[in-house]
Amino acid sequence: MSAELFRLSAHETTARIRSGDTNAREVTESYLAHIESVEPKVDAYLDVWREPARARAEAIDAAIAAGQNPGPLAGVPVAIKDNLCTREGRTTCASKMLENFESPYDATVVEKLDAAGAVLLGKLNLDEFAMGSTNENSAVKVTRNPWDSDRVPGGSSGGAAACLAANEAAFTLGSDTGGSIRLPASFCGCLGMKPTYGRVSRYGLVAFASSLDQIGPFTKDAEDLALILAAIAGKDPRDATSADLPVPDYSSTMRDGVSGSRIGLPKEYFTDALDGEVGKQVDAALQALKGEGAELVEISLPHTEYAIAVYYIICTAEASSNLARFDGVRYGYRHPDAASVEDLYRLSKSEGFGLEVQRRILLGTYVLSSGYYDAYYLKAQKARGLLRRDFDEAFTRCDVIATPTSPTTAYKFGEKMDDPLQMYLGDIFTTSANLAGIPGLSMPCGLASNGMPVGLQLLGKPFDEAALIRTAYAYEKSGAPTLGPAPLG
Amino acid sequence: MAKITLEDVDYVAGLAHLTLNPETREAMARDLGSILEYIDQLERLDTSGVEPMMHVLDVTNVYREDTVGESLSQEDAFKNAPKTDGEYFLVPKILDGE
Repeated sequence: MSAELFRLSAHETTARIRSGDTNAREVTESYLAHIESVEPKVDAYLDVWREPARARAEAIDAAIAAGQNPGPLAGVPVAIKDNLCTREGRTTCASKMLENFESPYDATVVEKLDAAGAVLLGKLNLDEFAMGSTNENSAVKVTRNPWDSDRVPGGSSGGAAACLAANEAAFTLGSDTGGSIRLPASFCGCLGMKPTYGRVSRYGLVAFASSLDQIGPFTKDAEDLALILAAIAGKDPRDATSADLPVPDYSSTMRDGVSGSRIGLPKEYFTDALDGEVGKQVDAALQALKGEGAELVEISLPHTEYAIAVYYIICTAEASSNLARFDGVRYGYRHPDAASVEDLYRLSKSEGFGLEVQRRILLGTYVLSSGYYDAYYLKAQKARGLLRRDFDEAFTRCDVIATPTSPTTAYKFGEKMDDPLQMYLGDIFTTSANLAGIPGLSMPCGLASNGMPVGLQLLGKPFDEAALIRTAYAYEKSGAPTLGPAPLG
Repeated sequence: MAKITLEDVDYVAGLAHLTLNPETREAMARDLGSILEYIDQLERLDTSGVEPMMHVLDVTNVYREDTVGESLSQEDAFKNAPKTDGEYFLVPKILDGE
């Protein structure tokens, strides 16, 4: 039985450890052995921390043996996206720029995972600096989708989604700036949540677009979402944008059911552009929720068509500013041949950053440059206000909004790489939540006939993650068919 | 509006301290052109009278007590420095002469 410990959810794992049925060391060994067997085909990890994980698991077991409470995630193996700072190992953002960077501090979420008793297994692949939708922009390697190794895992948290789908950790953490948790969760058939902006501290997350970035979990079920969000959320004095609000007990409100809950379906999302297979699975999931007592209501988010344009102005503007810090002086890659300081900046940036990162820096610099600022950046901020207003109005008519997470299932490798605009348009259903700052999750709702998972996206009112978790839980309990393990899992 | 010339690319690359090779330069002009052309649909949107949304949260300035807390040690702060003498980050000489 211990050979299959890696298949358990986080809540099952910690319950078994607490009951003495197994222990943290056995669980960790089960994962390390499974990683050994599937990782050559998936390539989700940039670094596996075998010995530190074993030592940590033994410390958890010792604490339990001594009668202490090691926390709500006691002994649960977790892996995290490599744009989260850790004192252990390196924090590379899958970039040549940071290939040797050793963070002198832990991100707040890493401290919180430690305090909750989780066992860190290592760091996961991503699109360089979290910029991309397929993981093909990683400067290190290509992560494969555990459902079909010819397809991308999605991005930018592709490593985090593939790792979980392949059962190489009990849960993982990623970051979401325009869909970077929800899209790969959809492509890899797992749950992934972007909390409300401000719900989880961003301290120690390498910044891409500071007004949009949020850290969130990938999990095997809704109960794990409840458990893990509660463990990582909350006010942090080191992130002034983290919200000073109580963190609800999601695990108890999760079971309240969806009877009488109004689920809004935005007519702008259910159009002809939607892949028929995706629409079919999403519709079946909505019927299952209706069967649980939810009411389906049509709503409108009239500015949806502008979301991608607004997003790619704001995220690139913020990225060009955030990434200016990588100048080869204090940390990161320094070109060896620089004869002047100006040279040092130019050569280090041009060699240290990959193409997509350079493309976004150029676009962001352009939209902020003198003469274009009003036409692009200021205009986008006004449109952003209209997008937020759309949601405020929609949420007077419904409690939760449901949409497909992506218009299609996972792409094949190379399919979108030649045309950046086509790649950006794949984010059509996910960017609005970041622009409005509201919470969103993606949950699996069946397989398309190509054998690939389809994702249902749920969007909620600001700081009402509880409603999303409750809805996801109700769907799981509705008797709707589950995906089962991925072929490479 | 969105015709991006090679000169535009050079100008923006200069602002961003990037040096592009000839192939990348051409590709960037093409990619930025098509992305900006797509973005130009925003021109259709009437935003008169709409306040720009600087931030999604209703937070104003956040204050804290001015007290000494823990911070990085000098050793930790220099740990990743490409070049240092232990007290300063070193860069190529800026001014000529001694």
